[in-house]
Amino acid sequence: MRDEDPQSGPSNTTRRAFLLTTGSTAAATVIAACVPTHADSIVGQSGSVAGVADGPNIEGAVPITLRINGKDHQLRIDPRTTLLDCLRETVALTGTKKGCDHGQCGACTVHVKGRRVNSCLSLAVMHDGEEITTIEGLGTPDSLHPMQAAFVAHDGYQCGYCTSGQIMSAVALLKEPCGPEDAAVKELMSGNICRCGAYANIVAAIQQFRKNT
Amino acid sequence: MHTFEFIRPADPAAAIAAAAQAQTAQQGADVRFVAGGTTLVDLMKLNVETPARVIDINRLPLDKVEATSDGGLKIGAIVRNSDLAHHPTVQRDYAVLSEALLAGASGQLRNMATTSGNLLQRTRCMYFRDTAMSCNKREPGTGCPAITGSNRGLAVLGTSEHCIASNPSDMCVAMAALEATIHIQGPKGSRAIAFGEFHLLPGSTPNRETVLEPGDLVTHVTLPPPRSGSKQVYLKLRDRASYEFALASAAVVITIADGNVTYVRIALGGVGTKPWRSHEAEAALAGKPANAANFRKAAEAAMRDAKPQSENKFKIELAKRCLTHALQMAATS
Repeated sequence: MRDEDPQSGPSNTTRRAFLLTTGSTAAATVIAACVPTHADSIVGQSGSVAGVADGPNIEGAVPITLRINGKDHQLRIDPRTTLLDCLRETVALTGTKKGCDHGQCGACTVHVKGRRVNSCLSLAVMHDGEEITTIEGLGTPDSLHPMQAAFVAHDGYQCGYCTSGQIMSAVALLKEPCGPEDAAVKELMSGNICRCGAYANIVAAIQQFRKNT
Repeated sequence: MHTFEFIRPADPAAAIAAAAQAQTAQQGADVRFVAGGTTLVDLMKLNVETPARVIDINRLPLDKVEATSDGGLKIGAIVRNSDLAHHPTVQRDYAVLSEALLAGASGQLRNMATTSGNLLQRTRCMYFRDTAMSCNKREPGTGCPAITGSNRGLAVLGTSEHCIASNPSDMCVAMAALEATIHIQGPKGSRAIAFGEFHLLPGSTPNRETVLEPGDLVTHVTLPPPRSGSKQVYLKLRDRASYEFALASAAVVITIADGNVTYVRIALGGVGTKPWRSHEAEAALAGKPANAANFRKAAEAAMRDAKPQSENKFKIELAKRCLTHALQMAATS
């Protein structure tokens, strides 16, 4: 579920690193609007602050701290930045996907203070000091969250683009009032659209998880 | 999205002061309060909303659901739709509100959307949402292409020659039937508005949707004490089973004694330019035997003044059947 290190060396250039260094118009525009306070923030890693460099000074940028997957990130962001763009472009946690960007598809679902929300319809500045969990905070390739494992076991995806949102929604659903039947799961998962139509397998994965816990 | 100044006030008074210099609190407002963001951020991305100042009210102490001294319920402005829907008192005494909230949007959106935000939910009319189009609500005087264009989902009640945009809220339909009161603090003090007087008909000024003035902050909504023995139903009909706006919906609060209707409140959604309380349907049922024929008569009364557009004539019959069925569900529950 985790993208490769976006700052991989030139001999192992990732798509993201390529976009970052070549100044692709789209990438550059968004990145310029969401400048991390420290260079290390862009790869979402804490630790040494050696070599810290402030980004370009964006007019009206606001300092905020987001606690993402258990780590504090001190950022300076344009108030227009959505939580989704902040996670993807500023913190470089690209597991959260941008689908419709208007709260209609659920691909951008993350947890804020333990509850699922559409990160595309929320401004990052509204979440100063709050606890955010993304798909990267749920499990790792070597140690999947049981819901991730259930999606794998039931083939709960095809292209995979909606999957991180589906799984974030599914994990949050476990803490919400939800009847035992498939129909209740379908109703509560209706905010996550899958254009490949993997719905039957997604419901099966969630139901297997619920049965086993 | 246009640039804006982001402010997080310490208390409601500071929020009101920060909003008081606005030119208007209606369409085109230069200052907006943001709570869940589910409507505002969406419309800001579309440049339909272009506030120069956005005031974050998410940390104000307006997040409680509390009993009132008269036995009713006080709902804070930023209580999330999901929390309100699952609140034990709401589920027990105001079931129509819980059902309406859970019929709206998705699990994620209900975790974000708030009570006051939902009062101000904007129409889904595609012409309003697209700045390449003319729209009297968004840009007064430019015309209403919906009247001759795509209007299948739009209103048949309360329309004018200037605007036929439908109000999309489910929560508001239930609150209309429950006769809620909206409490506002503004630069000139506090006031309480009966639910039916909060939203305005489009008339010749569809850009004005509510009675809110610059600096006005909705602080809470109150519900009157529950009607003992009342049956409540929210029935929503739509193009798919979930996560879709209503084509027609009905909120019913009814009390039946010895087979006769002793109390009834009815509101309709999806068909009106505002959350549509139907006094006509209530009058047609009051004191009458609670049977299918009278339920249908009430539905006929509710839709008597309906004016269909080119694509939405079906809504009139759909709304009648929706209300008739909702009344039957309530009567037999």
